[in-house]
Amino acid sequence: MSLPTQTFTITRADLVAYAGASGDHNPIHQDESVALSVGLPGVIAHGMFTMALAARAVEAWFPGAEVVSFGCKFTNPVVVPAEGGVDIEVAGATKEADGLTTVSLTVTCDGQKVLGMPKAVLRG
Amino acid sequence: MDQSLVGKTFPPSRPYAVSEDNIREFVAATGGTYAGGPAPATFPIVLAFDAMNAFLEAEAIDLFRIVHGAQDFAYERPVVPGDVLTATLTVATLRQIAGNDIIGTTSAITDESGALVCSTSATLVHRGADA
Repeated sequence: MSLPTQTFTITRADLVAYAGASGDHNPIHQDESVALSVGLPGVIAHGMFTMALAARAVEAWFPGAEVVSFGCKFTNPVVVPAEGGVDIEVAGATKEADGLTTVSLTVTCDGQKVLGMPKAVLRG
Repeated sequence: MDQSLVGKTFPPSRPYAVSEDNIREFVAATGGTYAGGPAPATFPIVLAFDAMNAFLEAEAIDLFRIVHGAQDFAYERPVVPGDVLTATLTVATLRQIAGNDIIGTTSAITDESGALVCSTSATLVHRGADA
């Protein structure tokens, strides 16, 4: 079963708030010059921020479901501009087996996949 | 970084008391609204990140050279307000690719009774100075 695609916008202000809430104060998520100095294309979103948005999508599709496992690779950086924001699209498809629902996600930014094999397994 | 790190377990992070306020701040920072109940699926990263910071500090690794490669969570039960949790990090794998260190870690997140709440693995890409 395929699920309705959800869109989220990420801004630099979101990254500042996420740094505070998560404790991840890596300056590559705040400071353009540091990001460029380590070979990144610019300030990038925390991978865990994008993953948190994917988790929000799963929660919206399956409110209250218990998550058994959740994982992904961070395959492409999400570059967040200083002004405005960048959109992330989260699509999903489900398979059920043994009382568990596996949600295979597709998370893209400008049409390019940013997470590798994002997958959540749910119970109930 | 050398292979002697593989298999090394670092001291547990200091106990973290999960409150509704902590969860609300985390949910708000990811654009959601929190109406009570269990923490969202990626919340245990707060614990895992604390353990990772201690690991990086112990090994004198600069955080700004770290890029996140992968993260996987396996949950024994949801995290709920009132939990007092610690994370214990072990270095599982270490490879060198194109001047970067690829560090595989696992963190066991346990409650006050010592019961496992969540185990999580992370791949950290440590970008070498010449990379």
